[in-house]
Amino acid sequence: MATKQTQVTAKIMMSPAVLMLLAWMIVPLGMTLYFSFLRYNLLMPGMEEFTGFGNYEFFLTDPAFLEALGNTLLLVGGVLLATVIGGTFLAILIDQPIWGRGIVRLLVIAPFFVMPTVSALVWKNMLMHPVNGLFAWITRGLGAEPVDWLADLPLFSITVIVAWGWLPFATLIILTALQSLDSEQKEAAEMDGAGPISIFWFITLPHLSRALTVVTLIETIFLLSVFAEIYVTTGGGPGTASTNLPFLIYIQALLQYDAGTASAGGVVAIILANIVAIFLIRMIGKNLET
Amino acid sequence: MGAITLEKVTKSFGDVSVIPGVDLEIAEGEFVVFVGPSGCGKSTLLRLIAGLEDVTSGTIKIDGVDATGTSPAKRGLAMVFQSYALYPHMSVYKNIAFPLKMAGVDEATIKQKVESAAATLNLTNYLDRRPGQLSGGQRQRVAIGRAIVREPAAFLFDEPLSNLDAALRVNMRLEISELHNSLATTMIYVTHDQVEAMTMADKIVVLHDGYIEQVGSPLELYRNPANVFVAGFIGSPKMNLLEGAAAAKYDAHTIGIRPEHIELSTEGGEWSGVVGVAEHLGSDTFLHVNVDNIGLVTARVNGEFGVRHGDRVWVTPPADRLYRFGADGLAL
Repeated sequence: MATKQTQVTAKIMMSPAVLMLLAWMIVPLGMTLYFSFLRYNLLMPGMEEFTGFGNYEFFLTDPAFLEALGNTLLLVGGVLLATVIGGTFLAILIDQPIWGRGIVRLLVIAPFFVMPTVSALVWKNMLMHPVNGLFAWITRGLGAEPVDWLADLPLFSITVIVAWGWLPFATLIILTALQSLDSEQKEAAEMDGAGPISIFWFITLPHLSRALTVVTLIETIFLLSVFAEIYVTTGGGPGTASTNLPFLIYIQALLQYDAGTASAGGVVAIILANIVAIFLIRMIGKNLET
Repeated sequence: MGAITLEKVTKSFGDVSVIPGVDLEIAEGEFVVFVGPSGCGKSTLLRLIAGLEDVTSGTIKIDGVDATGTSPAKRGLAMVFQSYALYPHMSVYKNIAFPLKMAGVDEATIKQKVESAAATLNLTNYLDRRPGQLSGGQRQRVAIGRAIVREPAAFLFDEPLSNLDAALRVNMRLEISELHNSLATTMIYVTHDQVEAMTMADKIVVLHDGYIEQVGSPLELYRNPANVFVAGFIGSPKMNLLEGAAAAKYDAHTIGIRPEHIELSTEGGEWSGVVGVAEHLGSDTFLHVNVDNIGLVTARVNGEFGVRHGDRVWVTPPADRLYRFGADGLAL
């Protein structure tokens, strides 16, 4: 891209892709914005009228909104905490030279390839079920009353299910980062009198900071929009105890047929996601600089 | 402080025996260089002394105390690694302070020690920088600084100069020698470069395939190599080693002639040959002479010696500086 001519050529060559992407993003976004200002119920076609910020007012004053917002943040935070800490320990564990390391690594990474709906169903019916589930069988074996996970601890259960699916991703990224740590650095620290915990804290963890940042950012993007796990297991309930923002929008649009309010919810979700992104970049983005 | 004794130390990795058995005495305050071609076990030997590898059998004594099972940190040795192994996310100050911090030294003492080490190594202006912002030579000095502050019984250097350019290497060689003179601490230095070994060492240990071929002062090894391997390894350019009829005349299996001892003439001499490649260094010229019936012989002559490729010259081996080796490779 050195000369003026190649620059112009490059712009011309890239423009179809850029325009395509722009249209793909702008059109739905524009329509969502447009619908969010309409009184638009799917049961009353042809009755659309402009309502200003009415839909926003309705969505934001819905008592379910604050709970959904809290649930969204709790879910993202909980899964991040579990996968980052768990992923670091798992990665350190499977980085050790053990017999059958290849198989162990394959098994650790396997959950990432299971579809969210499938894993949620397996967790719901085979593990957490109060009658048929493995957990209930274990608690009964110990002589205790089985826990009805999805009814009593719905948000926690969903956090566990989602974390199970994302743990391999975190483990994989952290493992590759671990393997790029110069072994002479660890040996130097060992000569300098650092024990295993000091080596982890002063050498390994700072080395992992960039990988941990990447894991946190990527996971946050996907975790803000968790839907399948909730739909398949609790359906947002009991009540709204496990409803997050995407699920609340789904309820508005396809259970209450209120496309206008759902669009307003979508716009609110976009704004919230950006706020979260700004906070994250401020907090940990400096780790990505070289 | 700093006398190290190895007794029948062996090391194998699985079935591969890297060090079949080494006995070595290193006196207090000595500058010892382990030298040998790559894969001779010199780095492994250093790592055994450091405690980064466990010995398969044998004992390592530091100051008369058995340290074979002692952890690396408790042996009181400091090591400078080939890659320097600086901690990239810490400033120079924190890098140098790290061993003291791990030892639980109080902040004021750390500050004073780091600053005095930095002053010795000309690093005072760089204490706030990260290792990534330093040049190769500066990184090297930080690695040495990290070793100095611990006031170790002995310093271990693992090919510390191999990542530096030629000019810097000469400088650092001097600096390390000066450091040894001022600290008077035992230093063990591993290198494959015989020039580093010759210029810095009090005592050279020549290793080959895990065996010690010879131990001695640089000039001792140069003057009286114990065998063909040491003769060929010490000295630059390499000693000419001739076999067959030329050697038989001197009643030996192999004879060795150092290039600098060869007498070269354009008029006449014992052997006649044709000049192949001539390497002009200015002060000296290395001539690769293809001697009839004997083969390639390297001669070091004065830079003014005017011969060119293809000229015929006469080579005379010096009678009094000829090395004779038997069929087993040992000096006769």
